Amino acid sequence: MALNIKQGSTSHSAYDLRDPNAQIEERHTLAVLVENEPGVLARVIGLFSGRGYNIDSLTVAETDHEGHRSRITIVTRGTPSVIVQIKAQLGRIVPVHEVHDLTTEGPSVERELGLFKVSGTGDHRVEALRIAEIFRANVVDSTLKSFVFEITGTPEKLDAFAELMRPLGLSDQARTGVAALARGA
Amino acid sequence: MSRKMTGARMIVEALRDQGVDTVFGYPGGAVLPIYDELFQQNDIQHILVRHEQGAVHMAEGYARSTGKPGVVLVTSGPGATNAVTGMTDALLDSIPLVVLSGQVPTFLVGTDGFQEADTVGITRPCTKHNWLVKDTSKLSATIHQAFNVATSGRPGPVLVDIPKDVQFAEAEYVGPKQVDTTNYQPRRKGDPDAITRLVELMEQAERPIFYTGGGVINSGAGASQLLREIVDATGFPVTSTLMGLGAYPASGRNWLGMLGMHGMYEANLAMHGCDLMIAVGARFDDRITGRVADFSPDSIKAQIDIDPSSINKIVHVELPIQGDVGHVLEDMLKIWKSRGRKTNSEAVRKWWSQIEQWREVKCLAYTNSDTIIKPQHALERLEALTKGRDRYIATEVGQHQMWAAQFLHFEDPNRWMTSGGLGTMGYGLPASVGVQVAHPDALVINVAGDASWLMNMQEMGTAVQFRAPVKQFILNNERLGMVRQWQQLLHGERYSQSWSDSLPDFVKLAEAFGCKGRQVSDPAELDDAIQEMIDYDGPFILDVLVEKHENCFPMIPSGKPHNEMLLSPEAEAFTGGGALV
Ligand SMILES: Cc1cc2nc3c(=O)[nH]c(=O)nc-3n(C[C@H](O)[C@H](O)[C@H](O)COP(=O)(O)OP(=O)(O)OC[C@H]3O[C@@H](n4cnc5c(N)ncnc54)[C@H](O)[C@@H]3O)c2cc1C
Ligand SMILES: Cc1ncc(C[n+]2csc(CCOP(=O)(O)OP(=O)(O)O)c2C)c(N)n1
Repeated sequence: MALNIKQGSTSHSAYDLRDPNAQIEERHTLAVLVENEPGVLARVIGLFSGRGYNIDSLTVAETDHEGHRSRITIVTRGTPSVIVQIKAQLGRIVPVHEVHDLTTEGPSVERELGLFKVSGTGDHRVEALRIAEIFRANVVDSTLKSFVFEITGTPEKLDAFAELMRPLGLSDQARTGVAALARGA
Repeated sequence: MSRKMTGARMIVEALRDQGVDTVFGYPGGAVLPIYDELFQQNDIQHILVRHEQGAVHMAEGYARSTGKPGVVLVTSGPGATNAVTGMTDALLDSIPLVVLSGQVPTFLVGTDGFQEADTVGITRPCTKHNWLVKDTSKLSATIHQAFNVATSGRPGPVLVDIPKDVQFAEAEYVGPKQVDTTNYQPRRKGDPDAITRLVELMEQAERPIFYTGGGVINSGAGASQLLREIVDATGFPVTSTLMGLGAYPASGRNWLGMLGMHGMYEANLAMHGCDLMIAVGARFDDRITGRVADFSPDSIKAQIDIDPSSINKIVHVELPIQGDVGHVLEDMLKIWKSRGRKTNSEAVRKWWSQIEQWREVKCLAYTNSDTIIKPQHALERLEALTKGRDRYIATEVGQHQMWAAQFLHFEDPNRWMTSGGLGTMGYGLPASVGVQVAHPDALVINVAGDASWLMNMQEMGTAVQFRAPVKQFILNNERLGMVRQWQQLLHGERYSQSWSDSLPDFVKLAEAFGCKGRQVSDPAELDDAIQEMIDYDGPFILDVLVEKHENCFPMIPSGKPHNEMLLSPEAEAFTGGGALV
């Protein structure tokens, strides 16, 4: 008789529900709430580089001045077991208070802000403005030969915008990386 | 009552309040105020080492043999960088250490000041946590928090970097009870549902095995006691990693011996063939798993570990239980008893008879000689001549380390000090000194290889100065034996740089340090030499000239599965020389 164990039969059942050997990389957005002390960002980044994990984007800012808390939002990629390991390793860092996986813990919203400089004249310039309008991008700087557009949205929306602007003279861009929150109360 | 004092005095005060009796260290400009305070008190002894790496390994030996954190004090720059190897060693082996380093004054930080190094930056990846204290008013609380972090949850080394002006300035001292450590409190109790699930599996298992590790030792003496109780009550076989030796006694009925790359044939095959593996404070290191895809293919695996990052890291486990070994075993035993102490005893009996067959292979068999000392024989004699004594063993790294793990038997936890995770040559001598400082009357032996021993031999001076009668048992094969073995077996016998040329005369070296030495090469004199070493009232170096080309078996080459183990020709004879299993 072989021993059997029910799937998802422990409080750590999240581990058991997915194929542990799956080799498919998933994209996860993690919210890491940390003590705002010197070096904390270096610890988080050092963990990713030291253990060879990917960072697609990373944003950080203080969110509670009184409580000395900052929030780091990390978009990472890895197989399911690597993602579990990344969360466990983050949780080990002493000034890390909470680690949330916004990708698995229910619906969430993600936004990124981007600044895009498009240089050009004539038709290209008109077309750039028209597309910007469709994407609800704002013009935050303009000269006779260039615009700087500001746009907020999901990373995919920003990617799409950049793609369309490229043939129209996209010459520079700056993006903040993803900020994300769980939906609902 | 105001307790205003300088930062330097605060440090000594905080150490005293933390119950520290010994500091291992080395002075320098950036810690002179602290040394000045140490000079003016008598509660804390300072062991002056010869190199800061030695201080850290001594503190590791002290910590592993007592269960208390080891404390190290070093100066800025080179003092701190010399301590890096030791801290990395302690991090990988989960040894609690508090390292205090001096730093250039705050107003010089970042200016490439004299003996300035970015100590907090350099040691971030090799400590569990570290702090740079810029304000004396935060110093005592930080030190108390450092002790808390080093010792709670999965233990590890921490470092507090203290600029010199912070040591001079005055502030209010804060005692350990006034410090809020609630923001770092890892969970200790396991999930009762999961423990019950494990007990259910234990009741049904046909081929169960306990796979125990260093976490049992980390959890304290109570955990080893509980492990013994549960193993003996269930009758399940038990094996251990290198780091867990002594948690279950080697004389115990259910003991299979160490598992892994150089582990026992029966232990590895039992791991391979089990249907329920209960990992207790063990982290599925690659020296254990071999090729992961073939690791124990037919078992359900449960893992008790206090660190979630150890769970499901290498091997997928079906039943993870996050918690402290002692707490979880206590609950496990309670639940198992309350459900009627059931096991599938018929099947387990069959399992044992299978294991007994594997045992017949006698995997540690070797051919003895009466003209040359075999290293295995030297250890068997050491075991025989020290049996029954409360004996502490440290090792260096290499073949001798593995033979020590195979041929010496440990009855209690905290008696075995070895560098497992980092495999740091040069660990053993200083570790033995640290153990001896903590246990002045005990018999403390460092089983060494010639090459490893040289790496921190300067610490012999420390042993002599502090009258630490450590015994250095050097299995001298004039080779970097472990490297030579790999080259023989895996690199076409091309012995690139793996011999020890120009070795010192260890007997003269002992005399030069002011202690005693003896060389032995005749098997007939071995016992007498070992006895002289044991009886000598002081540090002793025994240079045992052993067979130069002996290999350490069994051996599972890296990346191979457990059932593709290499055996010695002597053991091979028992299996008929064919494939195994
Ligand atoms: C030359 C050489 C050869 C080696 N060959 C072998 C070999 O053949 N066999 C072998 O076993 N090893 C061998 N090793 C050692 C090996 O590299 C690892 O160090 C060792 O296997 C790890 O032991 P462990 O799994 O017990 O983990 P440890 O490193 O001791 O880790 C302890 C685990 O327990 C957890 N833990 C800590 N405290 C608690 C607590 N209170 N409660 C619950 N969990 C806790 C930790 O989170 C961690 O996961 C060799 C080393 C060298 C240098
Ligand atoms: C600091 C360090 N450098 C290199 C190694 C690689 N290494 C592992 S074992 C070994 C040889 C050890 O020789 P010795 O101490 O004489 O012991 P033996 O194997 O001969 O028993 C070496 C070089 C190591 N583990 N540590």
